[in-house]
Amino acid sequence: MTSPATSTRTSRGPGFALGRFLSNNGALAGLVVLAVALSILSPSFLSTRNLLNVGVQAAVVAVLAFGVTFVIVAGGIDLSVGSVAALSGMVGAWLATTAGLPGVVALLLGLATGAAAGLVNGLLVSFGRLPAFIATLAMLSIARGLTLVVSQGSPVATPDVISALGANLGPYLPVPLLVMLLFFVIASVVLNRTYTGRAMYAIGGNEEAARLSGINVRGQQLAIYALSGLFAAVAGMLLAGRLSSAGPQAANGYELDAIAAVVIGGASLSGGVGRASGTLIGALVLAVLRNGLNLLGVSPFWQQVVIGVVIALAVLLDTLRRRGR
Amino acid sequence: MTELPAEQRRGPGGDAGAGQAAGELLRVEGITKRFTGALALDGVDFQVRAGEVHVLLGENGAGKSTLVKVLAGVHNPDRGTVHVDGKPVRITSPQHARALGIAVIYQELTLVPELTVAENLFLGRQPRRFGLVDKARVRRDSVALLERVGLRVDPATPVKQLGIAQQQMVEIARALDLNARVLVLDEPTAVLTDTETERLLTIMGELRDQGVGLVFITHHLEEIRRIADRITVLRDGRSVGVLPAGSSVEAMIELMVGRAIEDQYPRRAGEPGEVLLSIDGLTRKGVFSDVSLRVRAGEVVGIAGLVGAGRTEVVRAAFGVDHYDSGTVTVAGERLPGGDVRAAMRAGLGLVPEDRKGQGLVLSSSVGENLGLVTMRAATRAGFVDRAGQRRRAEEMAAALRVKTSGLNQTVRELSGGNQQKLVIGKWLLADPKVLVLDEPTRGVDVGAKVEIYELVNRMTASGRGVLLVSSDLPEVIGMSDRVVVMAHGRVAGELSTEGLTQDQVMALAVQEPQQQAAEREQPQQQAAGD
Repeated sequence: MTSPATSTRTSRGPGFALGRFLSNNGALAGLVVLAVALSILSPSFLSTRNLLNVGVQAAVVAVLAFGVTFVIVAGGIDLSVGSVAALSGMVGAWLATTAGLPGVVALLLGLATGAAAGLVNGLLVSFGRLPAFIATLAMLSIARGLTLVVSQGSPVATPDVISALGANLGPYLPVPLLVMLLFFVIASVVLNRTYTGRAMYAIGGNEEAARLSGINVRGQQLAIYALSGLFAAVAGMLLAGRLSSAGPQAANGYELDAIAAVVIGGASLSGGVGRASGTLIGALVLAVLRNGLNLLGVSPFWQQVVIGVVIALAVLLDTLRRRGR
Repeated sequence: MTELPAEQRRGPGGDAGAGQAAGELLRVEGITKRFTGALALDGVDFQVRAGEVHVLLGENGAGKSTLVKVLAGVHNPDRGTVHVDGKPVRITSPQHARALGIAVIYQELTLVPELTVAENLFLGRQPRRFGLVDKARVRRDSVALLERVGLRVDPATPVKQLGIAQQQMVEIARALDLNARVLVLDEPTAVLTDTETERLLTIMGELRDQGVGLVFITHHLEEIRRIADRITVLRDGRSVGVLPAGSSVEAMIELMVGRAIEDQYPRRAGEPGEVLLSIDGLTRKGVFSDVSLRVRAGEVVGIAGLVGAGRTEVVRAAFGVDHYDSGTVTVAGERLPGGDVRAAMRAGLGLVPEDRKGQGLVLSSSVGENLGLVTMRAATRAGFVDRAGQRRRAEEMAAALRVKTSGLNQTVRELSGGNQQKLVIGKWLLADPKVLVLDEPTRGVDVGAKVEIYELVNRMTASGRGVLLVSSDLPEVIGMSDRVVVMAHGRVAGELSTEGLTQDQVMALAVQEPQQQAAEREQPQQQAAGD
C-alpha cells in the first residue's frame, strides 16, 4: 500500500497518514490484516457473496453492540441484550402470528418491549442503585424466561414485515446490512451530537463531576439503558427475520459477543471512552474471524479458542499502546 | 520569618547535631521533595526520640503529610538523609518502613470492616498450626494486644461495629505488635469527639512511658499544649523552628503562619451591591449548625477554618449536592429547594469543588468537552447539542484563561494542576453564575496560575458577580476576601473584616473549642461583623 518510491519528503504523505491512522485505530488495523490474510489463504473469501454474508452475520451483533456501547461509555454494562433481543423478536412474532395483530403493530410493540426492558434496567441502576452488572444479569434471566413463557418453548413464525428484515432488497443487497449501517449512523449521531450522548461520556468519565455540572445523571441513565434495550430489540427483529421465526433460545450468549465487539473497538470498561465506528469494526472483526475460520475448515471448538485469544490480544495491545504514550 | 535563638530551634536536644542523642530513634536531615514544579519539602530537619510525643505543626500544605509519607516509604525524597537508630537508611517502601519500626496511622483507616478485630490485628500474618490458622492463639494474643491500648472489646467483634475511635485503637495495637517504635499519628483527633480525644491522649501518654516515639499531627493547639514534648513547626515546606513543651498558643500560631501578606493577592475591592447569596441558619445535624452568611454583588467573602470545621460541607449543601436539615439558601431573592443542583444552577449559583480530579473534571474527556459541561444543557435544542457553538465558546474561554494546552481535543488528564483548575473555573465562567463558590481553588496550583485565578475573581466581582471563597490558605483568604467568615466545629465562630486583619486573629477564632464558642455567643458584642 505504501509506495517505496515516494521520497522522504512525501513519505509523510498518504502512506504516513495511513500508518498513523491504523496505529491509532488498532481494531481497524487488525481487521485489515485479517482480511488480507484470509484473502490469501482462501480464494472464496473476497467473493461478493461471501462478503455480503459476513455483513449479514455481523449485523445482529453490531446492532446489539451499538446499544451496549452507550452503556459502556456511560460507565455501566448491559448483560441482558441477548435475552432482550430474543424477547422482543418473540413478542413481535407472537403478537402477529398467534394474537393476530397487524405485522407492523406487532413489530412496533416488539421494539417497545425491548425499550421497556432497558428502562427497567435503567430504573434498577439509577433509582434502585443496583450495580449494573447485577441489574442486567437479573434482566438476562427475566427476559429469557419471559421469552420461554410467551413461546411455550417452541419457535413462532414471524409476520412478513419482520421476515422482510432478513431478506434481500433486489437480487443482492441484504436488508440486515442496511439496517446495520443505518443504526451505525444513528449510534454515531447519538454519541456525538445529542445531549444524552455527550452526557454518556461525562457520566462514564466522572459521575460526580457530571452531577456537579448539572447533568441529571439518573434521568440520563434511564435513557441510556432504554436505548440499549431498543437497539437490542432491533437486533432481535433482524435475527428473527433472517430465520423467519423467533426462537426461544435465539441470541443466546450474544451479549458476550456484543461486549467483545465494543471492547475490541477500543471502548474502556471503566467508562468515558468509546466510539460507534470502533464498535462496528469490532463486530466486523468477530464476523470475519468466524467466517474465515469456517472457510478454512477449522473446527467450531477451536474457533471459540481463537476468538477468545483475539479478544484478549485486542485489549492487551490497546492497553500497551495507551501505556506507551 | 521568625528567627528563634539557636538553642530554642534545636530544642532540648540541642547537641544532637554532633552525633546521636540519647534514645534518638529517627533523624531526618535536609529532606527535599519536589512534585512537578512545586517544592513540597525544602530541607526539612526533624528528630524523634524514644519516649517523647513530638508534634508536627503547620498550616495545610506546609508539608506535614509529605514528610509523613517520606517516613512511611510512600515518597522517595529528592535530597537529604534519614537515620534510624543512627544508621543511614533509604526507606524504599511501606513494608520497609514497617520493618524499620516506623508505623503510620492515617486518617483513612486501613482495616477490613467485614473482618473481626482479631482477624484485622493479624491480617496476613496469622499464627498457624498444621497449616491452619491457630484461632485460639489469635484470640489470646489479641486480648493481650488490645489490653495494651486500653481497648476492651471482644476480639470476635466485626470491625465495622466499632466506632472510629475504637478502630484507631485497633490500628495502633496492630502497629505496636509489629514492633513499631516510631508511631506517626496523622490528624487522628480530627474525627474524634472530645471524650474520645481524651482517651487517645491518655493512651499516647502511656505509650510514651513505654518508650515509643510518637509523632503527632494535629491542628488543635490545646491538645498540643497538653501532650507535646517538642513541637517542630513546618511552613512552606521548611522546618522553621522547634518549640519546647509548654509553649504558648500564641507562640505556635506566630511561628506557624509567619510571613506578612505581600502583594501576591491582587484583590481590587469595589463598592458591594445588593445581596446575591444569603445562607440563613443552615444546619445539618452532626455536621454544621446555624450557619449564616451573605455575599453581595461585587464582593468576595472568604470562609476560613481548619480542616473538618465544616466549610466544604456547608457550601456543598448550599449548592444542593448534599442535604441539610434546616435553614434556607437564597440566591438573588430566589429561595432554593435544597438538594437540587440544577435548581441552584438555574438560580445563578456555581460551585468549583475542592477535589478537582474527583469532582471537577472528566479526566478522560477533552479540554473542550470539559469546558462545555455546564453550558451543554443550554446549548441543546431538541436533544441535539450545538457542538460548533460549544467549541467556539470553549476556544474563547481557553484563550482568555491562558490554558496551556495543545488544543481543545487534548485529554484533560495530561494537563498540569493549574491548567486543570482553570478549566473547572472556566466551565462555570461560561455559565456566568451570579455567585460562584470556589472551594480551595488554588490547592496544588503553582504561584503563577494562582495569581491568574485571583485575577479571574477580580474580573467576576468587577462585573457585579459575587464570590464565596473557601480556603485553608490563610494568606489567600485574607488577601483575596473583603470579609472572612471563620468556622470552627461546624459553626460560624466569627465574621471579620479583612481590613488590617492578621492571620493570628483568624487562627484564634478557628481553633476555638466549642465551650469557648458557646461562652462567646453569650457576649455577642465581641464579634466584629462586617455587615
